[in-house]
Amino acid sequence: MSRLDIKNGLVEMAHGSGGRASAALIDGLFTRHLDNALLRQGDDATLFEVSAGRMVISTDAHVVSPLFFPGGDIGSLSVHGTINDVAMSGAKPLYLSASFILEEGFSLAELEKIVISMAEASRLAGVPVVTGDTKVVESGKGDGVFISTTGIGVLAEGIRVSGDRAEAGDAIIVSGYIGDHGIAILSSRQGLEFDTQIQSDSAALHGLVADMVQAVPDIHCLRDPTRGGLATTLNELCKQSGVGMRIHETDISVRAEVKGACELLGLDPLYIANEGKLACICPKASAAKLISVMQAHPLGREAAVIGEVVADESRLVVMQTTFGGQRVVDWLAGEQLPRIC
Amino acid sequence: MCLAVPARVESLDDVSSTAMVDLDGIRKEVSTVLLDEINVGDYVLIHVGYALERIDPIEAEKTLLLFDELRDSEA
Amino acid sequence: MKYVDEYRDGDKARELAARIHNEIDPQRQYRFMEFCGGHTHAIFRFGIHDLMPENLKYVHGPGCPVCVLPAGRIEAAIKLAESEDVILCTYADLMRVPAGKGDSLNRAKARGSDIRMIYSSSDALAVARENPDRQVVFFAIGFETTTPPTAAAIRIARAEGLKNFTVFCNHVLTPPAMLHILSSGEACIDGILGPSHVSTIIGSHAYADCCSLYRMPLVIAGFEPLDVIQSTLMLVRQVNQGRCEVENQYVRAVRETGNQKAQALMAEVFEPRSVFEWRGLGDLPASAVQINAQYALFDAEKRFAMQKMQTADVKGCICPAVLRGISDPDQCKLFATACTPEEPKGACMVSSEGACAAQYSYGRYRSAETRV
Repeated sequence: MSRLDIKNGLVEMAHGSGGRASAALIDGLFTRHLDNALLRQGDDATLFEVSAGRMVISTDAHVVSPLFFPGGDIGSLSVHGTINDVAMSGAKPLYLSASFILEEGFSLAELEKIVISMAEASRLAGVPVVTGDTKVVESGKGDGVFISTTGIGVLAEGIRVSGDRAEAGDAIIVSGYIGDHGIAILSSRQGLEFDTQIQSDSAALHGLVADMVQAVPDIHCLRDPTRGGLATTLNELCKQSGVGMRIHETDISVRAEVKGACELLGLDPLYIANEGKLACICPKASAAKLISVMQAHPLGREAAVIGEVVADESRLVVMQTTFGGQRVVDWLAGEQLPRIC
Repeated sequence: MCLAVPARVESLDDVSSTAMVDLDGIRKEVSTVLLDEINVGDYVLIHVGYALERIDPIEAEKTLLLFDELRDSEA
Repeated sequence: MKYVDEYRDGDKARELAARIHNEIDPQRQYRFMEFCGGHTHAIFRFGIHDLMPENLKYVHGPGCPVCVLPAGRIEAAIKLAESEDVILCTYADLMRVPAGKGDSLNRAKARGSDIRMIYSSSDALAVARENPDRQVVFFAIGFETTTPPTAAAIRIARAEGLKNFTVFCNHVLTPPAMLHILSSGEACIDGILGPSHVSTIIGSHAYADCCSLYRMPLVIAGFEPLDVIQSTLMLVRQVNQGRCEVENQYVRAVRETGNQKAQALMAEVFEPRSVFEWRGLGDLPASAVQINAQYALFDAEKRFAMQKMQTADVKGCICPAVLRGISDPDQCKLFATACTPEEPKGACMVSSEGACAAQYSYGRYRSAETRV
């Protein structure tokens, strides 16, 4: 078997060929760090027992530039992102799969850092990676590393969380400070570099969700405001449920640094990505209970009600600004890019 | 037009004509070639990575006071 | 945020607005042009309309560099990026602006051109240093605020002897555009909210002609909501008292003579163009700058013999009238139907400070409320 020089080696086309080099990469790097009983089966498909009831599945492709950013990297992000997508159905995530597309010439040492970070995220979350795959593309045809992960989970009896269940009168809750992830990424992006203490909020939210659905099984909607930010998530929910929303800027938590970066770059925190926050729609009567449960969890300490669902044929999200005016909070158009004017 | 934000000058580098500015915890290096006199502690308007102009603290204070005067006065 | 938050105090804003209600003459109309997109953006974002009396109307002006750039200039840049092996660097604001036939820099990038978004002119220099074997062209846009940073980059390029750096210069000048609007008289305005950050560079004295020749009240206004409302009150008082002066509300950053160091830098590198086309306003004499003979080596138009390209405006799009203060965005048949921020047909729908985009993003609430 060919030796794997992690310290100085680079990804080569042979690592994706299915031959000895592939086996060396898988054994020496992937299974070594991601090790668990199911992965050790070593077959093309991993076998596990299923319980009775309902299951959920979600998949997510992860591309991020830069690969390493304050508060995380593509490895931890690919675990958190998919766990969160599964959790947003109210389910308990069980297993993950991971597929890697590596670019020829990428440093094996960096790859190992990414895999170690992935392994640690999955161990902390208690959701193992049980199957995986690796392919290599020629130099110049990838951006270092792309990681796709799929997660499956089980849904407890009586839980029905869905984006189409928001009703007029419901409360809108957000679990904490918004915009941290997007600003952390921007701060380390070439050409924009600025120094900040802001770290990505990348985190697995299934523990928080478990507490929430246990306390209030009748949660109507859960969604993690990733790309497009909170504004886009709320608009998605309005569209799916056929309702409008009225939110209050004063109740939405944004760190001073995130506000500062947004003023500097001409961005709006409502449209900046999060990777460890959730928005929740629940019956108004349950909101107080839910807030106290969330605040008791480390990832929901700043949870707050930010507004209410209203009947609105035009399905608009309207925000009462701190200034005292009202404005429509629309879908994100195009990409959120820094602007000069 | 012309997005510009006030930020505080934290340090100056005369050799490269740059300053490190702070905006509520965001620190960024900007060019100072457009300004003659600039001191640590000044607030400057930042536009596309350049310090455009100093904010005059006395005039800024006067503007705030003027809000109150305008509110209370007849023209 | 110091020098920002205190100018966003909603209670003070309402008190100042009450003063405007008190002083305004109910028998007449007040039409004030906010020249800058920055003011347009603030008026919509903070809902300043809602605080103003019915007979006071803000009229949009042409002060959005993205909006007034003719499509032909973008097409010329796309053609350059596709025909020569260049790296085209530009501010992100320009990426989605429609050129002819639904094209844009974004689409050219998708087709394979090396088009890079930068935050600062110094980033374009960095790209040139990192790619000595390739030609790097900085597609520069903006009013007098953004011009000195471009001049600074060109001067550094010459000092360093950078052979692979040029600028496709599209910098335009504010006072000629303002004089054009006033001379045509189409917009029927009673006063102007003058530019904030342009004025930090050119100074408040640059508008003397606007006032004296056209008897037009003008107040240089900061971009924060309290600045806008205070400046509006100052304009109301000028109108009521029959005064036509240049007043400066944004005294914390604008001096009478402006930033002379920046002006000297611009004068060193640039010279006036005899004529330049503005989207909406047409060909305006002496309304833009070009790189002068001394720095001709850094002029992309010369190095690549770029040809002038003409593009017909989109049928039905009333951006030209919006930019001249004659029409409102929602008078356009395309507004919010064929033309949206996702699929902009006209330039005013692209930049978030373009009148159409601002109205679309922030201004639809009132019409929605009346429907509910």
